[in-house]
Amino acid sequence: MKDFNGQVLFLDRSDINTDEIIPAKYLTEITKAALKPYLLEDLKLRNFSTDNIPGKSIIITRENFGCGSSREHAPWALEVNGINLVIAENFARIFKQNMFNCGMMAIELNKEQIDEIFKTFASKETSIETNFLEGSLKIKSSDADMEIIFKVSEFDKALVEAGGWINYADKNY
Amino acid sequence: MGKTIAQKIFDAHVIDNPSGDINVIKLDAVFCHEITTPIAINDLKEREMDRVFDPAKIKAVIDHVTPSKDSKTAEQAKIMREWARSQNIKDFFDVGQNGVCHALFPEKGFVRPGYTIIMGDSHTCTHGAFGAFAAGVGTTDLEVGILKGVCAFHYPETIKIEITGNLQKNVYAKDIILSIIGKIGVNGATNKVMEFTGPVVDKMTMEERMTLCNMAIEAGGTSGVCYPDSTTVDYLWEFIKDDYSSKEVALEDFFKWHSDPDANYSSVITHDISLLQPMMTVGYKPDEVQEVNGNEKIKVDQIYIGSCTNGRIEDLREAASVLEGHTINTDVRGILSPATPDVYKQAMKEGLIDIFMDAGFCVTNPTCGACLGMSNGVLASGEVCASTTNRNFNGRMGKGGMVHLMSPAVAAATSIAGYITTPDKL
Ligand code: SF4
Repeated sequence: MKDFNGQVLFLDRSDINTDEIIPAKYLTEITKAALKPYLLEDLKLRNFSTDNIPGKSIIITRENFGCGSSREHAPWALEVNGINLVIAENFARIFKQNMFNCGMMAIELNKEQIDEIFKTFASKETSIETNFLEGSLKIKSSDADMEIIFKVSEFDKALVEAGGWINYADKNY
Repeated sequence: MGKTIAQKIFDAHVIDNPSGDINVIKLDAVFCHEITTPIAINDLKEREMDRVFDPAKIKAVIDHVTPSKDSKTAEQAKIMREWARSQNIKDFFDVGQNGVCHALFPEKGFVRPGYTIIMGDSHTCTHGAFGAFAAGVGTTDLEVGILKGVCAFHYPETIKIEITGNLQKNVYAKDIILSIIGKIGVNGATNKVMEFTGPVVDKMTMEERMTLCNMAIEAGGTSGVCYPDSTTVDYLWEFIKDDYSSKEVALEDFFKWHSDPDANYSSVITHDISLLQPMMTVGYKPDEVQEVNGNEKIKVDQIYIGSCTNGRIEDLREAASVLEGHTINTDVRGILSPATPDVYKQAMKEGLIDIFMDAGFCVTNPTCGACLGMSNGVLASGEVCASTTNRNFNGRMGKGGMVHLMSPAVAAATSIAGYITTPDKL
């Protein structure tokens, strides 16, 4: 199973699309590793620069993350940068499927929770400890902490436990 | 309660129900092209799982950029080639035999009613024209398809679209599907199968049905589908004649892939096309659809005829009948890419290639090329293209370029006028 713990990168915007996550011009790359330097290259966002990415393992963002094309290069670009968990209000369907297919997690929380997290933590160094079996997140900064329960479907859970759809399918079919 | 065709296909293919309405179905075919497959191949190698579930059920083509245009696309092609050889994939189409996947594979008889098909390409929905369930997927789904011959989907919900009325002159399947997308929007069929039925579809050729199903994804649909009938049997007969004693027997058998009259639909839309006029897109989303009348006089720089939507022989005939005896406007460039080698040869036999070339068109080899802004007709910033393809996204045919989607007949008329217009106004 992948690691879902670590430092948080906050992206305070809705509708971040797959072109912003990884621009189309890199689709001719034939290895996932080659995508590493280009993650979020075209994302225009106040207080964000790609220099913020190193050392981060989790993204927290707003609504409809991963909309646009079906390219699986988007989760891969996250994965090769050590980011296996994205937390948002909701996701585009194919992006979410692609995340779990890769054994990664796309966790949906409600608007109030996301608002609260941004308010409490977004301006500080923040880390998360994920208890996958219990379905809970411990969010921590130097002066605050918060525990949040999350839900993913049984099938998605099984994909994460197996390390992705390939391992799951290899074992079961 | 009856079942829809998509549900019947699922019921016949389901091998597991891991949770909720998730169905793992077995696949009758996995289609592959050189843009999305090489990463799957490399990943399988890394995992030491470099196998395929059944080489006879995998069909592969190099079509998006071919012959290769640079080192990176050459590398993608090479990976496909070596993989097809090492995995003993006999149905592999390389330079000389290759053409646009969704035009080539039906032509080769690889699609049958009741089949389940995936491909790492969003326009895989095209193959639903044969009464199959065919869906575009991400690379991991493709990889599992290659390795195991299975894929997981939610049990399908369907929107039934009944197309009625009589088509006017210069109005085609492309105008019908554009008008449907304009009506329901780019998210109108998300997570749903679009079932096209009714007297207009019954009268359509297979080529027209493919044009219809091809653009289901532009409304967000998982797949498009038409009922298999005698038109389907005639098209496939050459490939199935050893399996059935007569066409009547085949037709009888295919009938099991029709929806039940009491099937449950998430919605039913009646779409009367009697008043439908030639249509086109105007913005950067495929649902920004308007009549060509009223948008005339938009100047264009390039006309592109080709792609998995409208690069088949009927499309070339339609365009050539408008072009015959004319030359294209000196301010525009016309590009034709027949979708497959067979389309190309047939067009030569019928004298259509002469008509295109005499009019001033450049005829390229069969490839996706310009459709996704990769080669053979990429737009410069600020340029406008009248195109028979299926996507008008910002930058689709080249950064800063504008794409208007339309039928081959309107594209041909536009090439003569130099601005967007219909054939009757020439
Ligand atoms: S012709 Fe265009 S839409 Fe069709 S498969 Fe090729 S790139 Fe995709």
